[in-house]
Amino acid sequence: MKGNKFYRMLLFTATALALSSSVALAQDSSLVGNAENGKKLFATYFCWSCHGSNGRAGGTAPAIAPGTRSAEDLIKYVRKPRGPMPPYTSKSISDRDLADIAAFLRSVPKDPDPKTIPLLNQQ
Amino acid sequence: MAKKTKTKSVDRRNFLKTAAASAALAVTKPGAAEAQQAPPAPRNASAPVLARPAAAPAAVVVDEAKTIDRPGSDFMVDVIKSLGFEYMFGVPANTYMSLQESIVNYGRNKDPEFILATNEDLAAAMAHGYAKIAGKPALVGCHGTVGAQHATMGIYDAFCDRVPMVMILGNIFDAVKRGTGKVAWVHSAQDAAALVRDMTKWDDAPHSLEHFAESMVRAYKIAMTPPMMPVALVLDVELQEDEVPSNANLHIPKLGTLVPPAADPAAVAEVAKLLIAAEHPVIVVDRVARTPEAIQHLIELGETLQAAVVDRKGRMNFPNRHPLEQTRSRMGVANADVVLGIEVIDFAGVRSQRPGSRRISITANDLFAKSNYTDYLKFAETDIAIQADGEATLPLLVDAVKRLITPDRKRVFEERGAKLAGAHKEAFDQYTRQAAIGWNDSPVSTARVTAELWPLIKNEDWSLVADLSFFQDWPMKLWNFDKHYQFIGGPGGYGIGYGAPAAVGAAIANKKYGRISINIQQDGDLMMGPGSLWTAANHHVPLLTIMHNNQGFHNECMEAERLALRRGRDGTRAHIGNRLIEPVIDYAKMAQSMGMYGEGPISDPSQLGPALKRAVDVVKRGEPAMVDVRTQPR
Repeated sequence: MKGNKFYRMLLFTATALALSSSVALAQDSSLVGNAENGKKLFATYFCWSCHGSNGRAGGTAPAIAPGTRSAEDLIKYVRKPRGPMPPYTSKSISDRDLADIAAFLRSVPKDPDPKTIPLLNQQ
Repeated sequence: MAKKTKTKSVDRRNFLKTAAASAALAVTKPGAAEAQQAPPAPRNASAPVLARPAAAPAAVVVDEAKTIDRPGSDFMVDVIKSLGFEYMFGVPANTYMSLQESIVNYGRNKDPEFILATNEDLAAAMAHGYAKIAGKPALVGCHGTVGAQHATMGIYDAFCDRVPMVMILGNIFDAVKRGTGKVAWVHSAQDAAALVRDMTKWDDAPHSLEHFAESMVRAYKIAMTPPMMPVALVLDVELQEDEVPSNANLHIPKLGTLVPPAADPAAVAEVAKLLIAAEHPVIVVDRVARTPEAIQHLIELGETLQAAVVDRKGRMNFPNRHPLEQTRSRMGVANADVVLGIEVIDFAGVRSQRPGSRRISITANDLFAKSNYTDYLKFAETDIAIQADGEATLPLLVDAVKRLITPDRKRVFEERGAKLAGAHKEAFDQYTRQAAIGWNDSPVSTARVTAELWPLIKNEDWSLVADLSFFQDWPMKLWNFDKHYQFIGGPGGYGIGYGAPAAVGAAIANKKYGRISINIQQDGDLMMGPGSLWTAANHHVPLLTIMHNNQGFHNECMEAERLALRRGRDGTRAHIGNRLIEPVIDYAKMAQSMGMYGEGPISDPSQLGPALKRAVDVVKRGEPAMVDVRTQPR
């Protein structure tokens, strides 16, 4: 019995620990992201040099804003990107900083519809 | 000092006699007949004294020093005028100062006019830009040593871009004439042209005026024969400065009409057969059009075949809004079964993915090559390689195609043309959507700069004299190009520092037609030679400079970041050695300091249109103007 009780306690403790760990991850501010800080980091890490100052007019690389990409998706992508983009490994940038950048990219407002821009509707 | 008094009447007679003799001498001198403007009568020692009004006191005739009435460089100007040179771009140097003096005084500084540059590199780049609009070379003057060393970058760009110019390298041939000081010795060379030989098509160092005349005419001919390239003449100081011998029998050789090499008709017929039979032929052009006729022939070829045309814009070859234009469309080279490259120097990189596709090249580049610099690029594998000038061959090809076309093939072509027109429209619709990206961003997007400028110039006679390598080719996507002078292509050798001076040179060539020239200017490039702005102001050149100010050598900035990241380092120090930000450069003030209109920096896109309008108004009044725009990187 004692033994069973011990194992039940162990299981309870392990489950509680696991649950508390999950809660901690979900509430980790590094993955929620701070858009204001992300804007600064976007400049600091020279993301702008290929993607443009707001992530959408770089010319060298595709527009990446306004985006819907989550922090997790962004982290997953930049750690081992496809094509000519260089890798942003964990040695270069932290998950927390990338989460802030992802928040910034999600915060960039949409561009106007080209049909509403007179200068783009002339010959 | 011996003095001798003469009466006024005797003096006047002597004056008239001397003046008449001088005039006769000027007319009978060899080469004078070729000069477009009659040279001034040689200076005469007694003339100023004898020409005094009758009421003046009795003149005193003194024993004055002998002058050189007919220096060798005057004859050189006669030769230069016979070839129709309009400009000499140069930095003054005493090893060719004699020629400069003859151009300015004997030649009245017209045809050629001396254009002062602030660096020989800029002078060469100005001649480069000039030639691409004028269709002929300019002279570039510099020391054969220290000047040529500066000039090499400009010459190399023109060499790689297949553009003619005639370099004049001053030198002191005879060591005895260099004296005992330092300067003349360090400014002389045994073989001054050696420095530029790898980037010029031909050079010579004439030892007599007869030799000069022949070599200058030969130089012009070689430079203007495709593939066109710079040439160099080394001019001895003594040859320029010494008096033409009285018994000299100087002659200026006749140049005649230059006819560029066209292709063999049998080879052209073979190409025509392949094009007619092809399912999806694609015509790729790069440095083809020198004249409006070339554009018309290319349109005719494209329309006859209803074939896709991909314009790599080494020159303005094909109207960008023509429905057959497929430069970035889904119906470009990738699926071609026949690819015809005309004056495409990097043809090795133009490849169809379609198995069994045929490759044809027509280029004068195959007719001449130098070894050291590898500007000949990767060897291009072809099925047919025609060594001939593209522009000269186009009319033959059009005729050959027209001869072979049948009604059946014509119907097929028409169907193909409709598909191409659809793909062309799709591509341009996409450009419009892409241009809206970042429309209201600050710094200003390069698409927005392009779109804001278009309504201000589209009804003018305009010429884009800019390298668009780092501007996403936006003008090609948003404007309407249909004239051969509306775009001049890039630098050729990709040497930074070409943009600003080449724009000035091209704008000088455009000036006589009343055209507005527009330069989209990279900031790093301008910092290589800001003196170009001064030359534009000095010569009242109607040139609008729009700064593509991304605050640095941006390409290298990106590369530095990529390298760091691939090495597992962060890229946060990519600005070091690459960005021009500490301190920030005020380009508008720079322009103002050179005596031209300058405005900016403009970071707010809503402020850009009015600023451009003010600058265009200045340019329309015949003066240069600059708007500094803080732009997105590309």
